[in-house]
This record gives sequence, structure tokens and C-alpha cells, in this order.
Amino acid sequence: MLQFQTWKSALVILACLAAVVFSAPNLFHSTVQRAEAAREAMAEGAEGPGLEAAASAWPDWLPSSVIALGLDLQGGAHLLVEVAVEDVHAERLEALWPEARQALRDLREQVGPFRRLETDDPGALTIRLEDPAGAEIAAEALRDLAQPVSGGLLGPGGPDLAVSVEGRDVVVRLTEAAKAAMDERTMAQSLEIIRRRIDETGTREPTIQRQGEQRILVQVPGVGSAEEVLSLIGRTAKLTFHLVESATGDAETRTGPNEILVPSAEEPGRFYVLERRALVTGDRLTDAQPGFDPQTGEPVVNFRFDAAGARRFGEVTSRNVGRPFAVVLDGEVITAPTIREAITGGSGQISGSFTVESAQELAILLRAGALPAEITVLEQRTVGPDLGADSIAAGETAIVVAFLAVLAFMGASYGLFGLFANLALILNVCMLMALLSVIGATLTLPGIAGIVLTIGMAVDANVLIFERIREEAKRAKGAARAIETGYERAFSAIVDANVTTFLAATILFSMGSGPVRGFAVTLGLGILTSVFSATMVTRFFVAQWFARARPKTLAV
Amino acid sequence: MRRLRLAPEDTSIPFMSGRRWALGGSLAAAVASLLLVAVLGLNFGIDFRGGIMIEARTPGAADVRQVRGAVSDLGLGDVAVQEFGRESDVLIRVEAQPGDGDAQMAAAAEVERALEAEIPGVEIRRVEVVGPKVSGELIWAGALALAAAVGAILVYIWLRFEWQFSLGAVAALVHDVVLTIGVFSLVRLEFNLSIIAALLTIIGYSLNDTVVVFDRVRENLRKYKQKPLDEVLNVSINETLGRTLMTSATTLIALIALYVLGGEVIRGFTFAMIWGVVVGTYSSVFVAAAVLLRLGVTREWSESGDGPGGGAGVQFGGAQV
Repeated sequence: MLQFQTWKSALVILACLAAVVFSAPNLFHSTVQRAEAAREAMAEGAEGPGLEAAASAWPDWLPSSVIALGLDLQGGAHLLVEVAVEDVHAERLEALWPEARQALRDLREQVGPFRRLETDDPGALTIRLEDPAGAEIAAEALRDLAQPVSGGLLGPGGPDLAVSVEGRDVVVRLTEAAKAAMDERTMAQSLEIIRRRIDETGTREPTIQRQGEQRILVQVPGVGSAEEVLSLIGRTAKLTFHLVESATGDAETRTGPNEILVPSAEEPGRFYVLERRALVTGDRLTDAQPGFDPQTGEPVVNFRFDAAGARRFGEVTSRNVGRPFAVVLDGEVITAPTIREAITGGSGQISGSFTVESAQELAILLRAGALPAEITVLEQRTVGPDLGADSIAAGETAIVVAFLAVLAFMGASYGLFGLFANLALILNVCMLMALLSVIGATLTLPGIAGIVLTIGMAVDANVLIFERIREEAKRAKGAARAIETGYERAFSAIVDANVTTFLAATILFSMGSGPVRGFAVTLGLGILTSVFSATMVTRFFVAQWFARARPKTLAV
Repeated sequence: MRRLRLAPEDTSIPFMSGRRWALGGSLAAAVASLLLVAVLGLNFGIDFRGGIMIEARTPGAADVRQVRGAVSDLGLGDVAVQEFGRESDVLIRVEAQPGDGDAQMAAAAEVERALEAEIPGVEIRRVEVVGPKVSGELIWAGALALAAAVGAILVYIWLRFEWQFSLGAVAALVHDVVLTIGVFSLVRLEFNLSIIAALLTIIGYSLNDTVVVFDRVRENLRKYKQKPLDEVLNVSINETLGRTLMTSATTLIALIALYVLGGEVIRGFTFAMIWGVVVGTYSSVFVAAAVLLRLGVTREWSESGDGPGGGAGVQFGGAQV
């Protein structure tokens, strides 16, 4: 009666073998990781006996996926930031104004006098006409300025501007499609620039991913403080060069229409009146490197423009020898040196009161480029490496103790059958580890809790079966029949009980974030492996034993 | 060979005769929990309230008062300092700062600097900052997750059993969740995101238990067609008692290991789980089954499709999910 089909036996044996093979690398976690890192380094051309020794410590024909440790276990910084995508909308409308003005001026006879109305709504460009009669004509002219929204695969979409007439006012707004397309672009750029900035620091395996509409999750392992990361990714790093009109100590200084008032980064209370138009902007930079001023020995940042930038900078500096110009970074003047001679080589040097670190950081920011929009932090979690190591140690002890205790308990309760269940439990944990390694899941502290809980609950399916077999055996059915019906009748309870827990794990996964997700993953996978191990693996053992021992009565 | 048995071989404990007391007690406990939450509130962690949390290790035994003084002097509003796990470790919590996440970040940096200045050699082990925007969302997401879990379970049990079973199971779940929240309010343990995770797991676990009992009830309803419902329930609970105790025991063993050895960071979580396993085991019998008895079951379905001589075997062909 206790037949076990060949394919089922094969499946069980294969699954168990695979579980052992693919979970094994985790026992040698650091060796495997070092070997992998060494191989990667050698593939990129690095050499050295140390690398080769590290690489050969774990031969490459062995499976080498290990479970990645979450930030709470290995230490590192986790930042959730929000990109102010609306800024870009406002910028687009701002940039539209000169164009719109020109278009309306060309139609002055029909449109009459007009001016731009300052409103509280940054999403609208409002133009007030003296004579409402010209409004429709003006609106028509403005509509001609619209460009088709790039609709991705679907080809060009509708226009990007919506123009409406509200009495004497003509209001220009971005269409929803235009906003959506713009947001996509802003997010893509922001991700790219953040990735470049973090890559520049040489950090290993950062995670940079988009979350939701306008958020980015940045996880950098091995960094002791989130501030370090934030100072790198949080700055817009918009660099511009302007000619200086004058310097002042008065924050209320009135400026002309083509001038702007910018505070000094170095001296609080000092302000510069600058030409509004930038001579050159940071996107013309091809390189920026930290260095030292040969005369003073102070840290500086050396930069180089591309051809167009170099030409423009050369022209302006040759015409303005003797005048100061300002280097403006994110709305602050870092330095305002006087132009001593025309700078035609296309390279220059920014000096301010830099430290070696801040010069290094600015160079990275300039190389990586400016963010298209401002970034604010929503959430930050940093774990120091020591706490991470303590958590791993604590987690390991808890797993081992829980494991041994459950094994002993099962052995004491069910004897030989308990032994089968224990063997299955060990294989079950191997399967769970193997699955986590292969799918590249990240193990977090709550994830460890999930494993421990799985160990506790995994035996449930076996307990259900064994208790049922006990009951059936009491009804004096004969050993084979008792085992058979025990398995059969326990099955529906096992399915129902585990489907419901699995439902909870799925909901946890879909709604949770970070650590909670880690827990959901181990819990969910743990349910799958424990059902498999109870209904297939333990059963296989029991069947094998039964075929050999042929007992007349059962002692479950 | 002697075996460890948590329940005697054949029990026939009349669980259902004590149901009025049990249900009354459960109801009273649930009401008390809700009152506690209403009056005392919950000790929300920064996940839900926003703010700053810093775990630090001092070179010697930590002087909580000194730490509190150093941080309070910064004028950042409410500051709570407590010992954390061992005497050299402290957990500092600062209330949410006005302004956005950047303001929180700046305040966190200020606290770190103040600590480093006040206590040379201090090690900042963990910093968490949650801005007001995210904390609001996290509460909402947590509540939604709980509601979704209960809803999904209601539907699943309804499909697999009958609506009476479904209501009984959900009553037990709500009972477990309410009592757990009540205990958190009572002992003032921090209620954070990981407690939501624990609540969801408790739901899963408690249901597991309930379903095993219900599964047996369904089977026995087919088997003993003439027996009154309360007897069927008693028989079913007694039959599954060994398994119920055994699984609770192994789970508790694992959880206690985690509670004692797993470190301070997840202690709140494991506490919730241990409590939940105990309450969940109780509620499977005294809430879920008792509610089922109160609602009664329609037995027509147990006859339909069953051939003569044994409803019991048929349901397995019907392991339809």
C-alpha cells in the first residue's frame, strides 16, 4: 500500500541533493564572497597572488550564490528620497516665457499690450492682456509653441501645452501627458546621476532603485553614516559661472531685471550681485578632479570644459580681464576670483576653503552632473557594522538553539518517526537556504526570525500526519493502512492551514518594505519547503523504511 | 519505548460546556484591550510617529541621565532615553521635528555630534530617521495590510468551508489581534512596523490552528450525522488536541530561543509572537469553535455528493483549493 512512484522518489532525491549543494556555499559565506570578488577583480584586469589565492579558495565550478545580507546585518545606510519633479514643470514654463513673449510681440497689432502675471500657481504661466479681444489670437499663437509629447512606443503623443483663455488672461499649462513624460525623464535622469555619484566613490554593491512615482531608494552597504551618502546624493550640484556686478552686505539689495542676488557660501552675510545669464554652465564640464594649488598648497578642484564651453569661456574672459566672476554652486557663490587673463585652454581651477574631502566630493559631484530636480529625504536608517555583526551572531545562536530544541522535542515525541521528521527538517532548512541563495534574496534580521519561526512551524505538517497515523493505528487497521490513511486524511488540513499562512505572507510581502519584506520572503518560502518536506520527503523516508522493516504494528 | 506526550492518549474534555465563560472572558479581555488603547494609547515607534531613533554604546556603563541631559540641551523637543539590552547601550528617541525629512536628518546629526562631544568614545550603532510623510503612509499601509489579510482569509475559509466557519475564524483572528495590541498598550512596549509584521504572522498562525480544528469538525459532521453540534465540536477538539499542543510547543520553543538569544532589536517582535501563539491557540478552541456553535451549521452540504458509508474519504478527492 505504501507505494512511492519512481518519479516521486527521483524528485525527492534530486530536490534534497540540490538543496544540500546550493545551500552549502552559505556555510563558507565569507570565503565564497572573497573568491567571487577576486574573480571579478581579475576579470577586470587586476593581478596578484592574494587575488589568485582568494579565487582558488572556492573553485568556480562549485555553486557560488550565497544569501546576500541585508543592511541591518552587514551595516550600511538606507535612504529613501523624494525627487521634486514639479520643479521641472515650473522650469519648463519658465523657459517658455521668453519664447511666448517673442511670439506675442510679433502679433502686437492684433494682441495689444500684455504682461506676465505673477501667480501662486507654479504650474501655470499666466499672461494678462490689456484688451481681452486679442485673447483668442494670443492663445492660438501660444498653442503653436506646443511640442508633441514623446509617447514612447506609441509614437508622438498630443501637444505638451494646454492654453486656455480666462477673461483677459491667457493661461498656459502643461498637459497631463507632458507632465507624465517629463516626470519619467526626471526620474530616469535622477536615478542615473545618483548611481554615477555613488559609483564614483567605489562603493561595492549599492542598491539604487525607483520606488513609486517619485521616490528613489538608495542602499549603500558598509557606510557608517547616512549623512555621508546624503551629502553625495542630496546636492543638486548645479554649477554656473557668472560675471559679478558688485558685492554687498545687504540681503535686501534691489537688483535689476537682468541681475540676481546670490549669497556667499564662505562668508555669511555677504552677497553678490551677478549677471542673471550664466557665462557657462556645469553641463559643459568634461572632467573634474581634486588637486592642490601649486602656490598655496590648498585643496582645489581642477576642471575642464568641452570644446564649446572652452570657446565660450575663452571669449568672455578675454573681454572681461580685470573683472571678477563668480562660481555658483546650488545658489551659493563658492568663490569669486578676478579674471587676470583670458582663460582659453578650457581648463580651470576652483578654489574656496576646501578640505581634501570636500574637494574630492565636489569633484565627484561635478563629474557625475547636476540633478534635474531637488531631492529631499523621507526616511533614513543606518546600522553600524558592529551592531550588524552582533545581530548575525545572535541570529545564528537563536537558529541553532531553536533547531536543536525542536529536533530533541520531536525525537522524544515520535521516536523513529520523529527522526524521519528531523531529517526532513534539516533538509527543509537546506532547501530554504538554497532557495534564498539562488533567487538572490536578501536576508535581514526579521528574515532570520522568519527562518526560526519556519523551524518551529515546519514540523506542524509532520505533526498533523503523525497524530493522524496514531489515531488510525488505534483503530487497529494494520500498519500500512494506518500510515496510508494518516497521510491521506491529514492532507486537507495541511493544505488549508498552509494556504492561509501563505496568504498572510503574501500580503506582508506586497505591503511591506525593507526588513518586513525580508521576513515575508523567508516565511513564505519556508511554508512551501515545509509542505514539500512533510508531504514528500518524510513520506519518502517512511516508505523506504516500511518497505524494509515491514512492521506489523506501529509505534508512532 | 516511552514517548513524550503533551496530551493524554484519549481525552474527552467538554470544552464547549465552558464556552460561555470563555467567550465572556474573551469579550471582556477584548473590551479591556480596546479601552486600554483608547485611554493609554500605544507607544508608537518612529515608524508611525516620525522622528529620530539612535542606538549608542558607551565605553562603560551608560549614564542615562547624562545622555538625556546632553540631548535635551539641544532643544529638539521630547527626548526619551532608555537602557537597551545591556547596561552600556542606550536607545535615544527624539520626537519628530517640524519641517520635512531634511530637518529630521539635520537634527539626527546634531544629536550624534552632541553625544560624541559629551561621551568620548561613544559608538553610534544605529540611526533611524522617519519623516512625517512616510510615517503617515506606514500607518496606513500597516492597517491596510491587516485588513487585507483578514479579508482574504474570510473569503478563503468561506470558499473552503461555510460562512459560519469563516465568521468563527475571523472572530478568533480579530480577538488575537485586539488582545495583542492591548498587551502592547498595557506593557508600553514600542509598537512599530515589525509589530505589524508580527500581527500578520499571528493571524497566519492562529488561523492555521483554527483551520486544523475546523477541518476535523467538517470531517466529523459527515461522520456523525446525528450528533449534536456541541458534541461534534468537543470530539473534534479533543482529537486534534495532541497536534494543537505539539505544534504550539515546537513553535514556542523556537520563539523562546529567539526571544532570549536573538538580540534586543527583535525582542518586541518575538514578544508579540509568543503572546500571539498562546492567545491564538486558545482562541482556536474557545473563540472560533464557540462562535461556530453559536451560529450553528447547515448540514445539507455534508450529505450532498457523499456516497453511502463514508463522507470521510470523499473530502480528499476534494482537496480542491
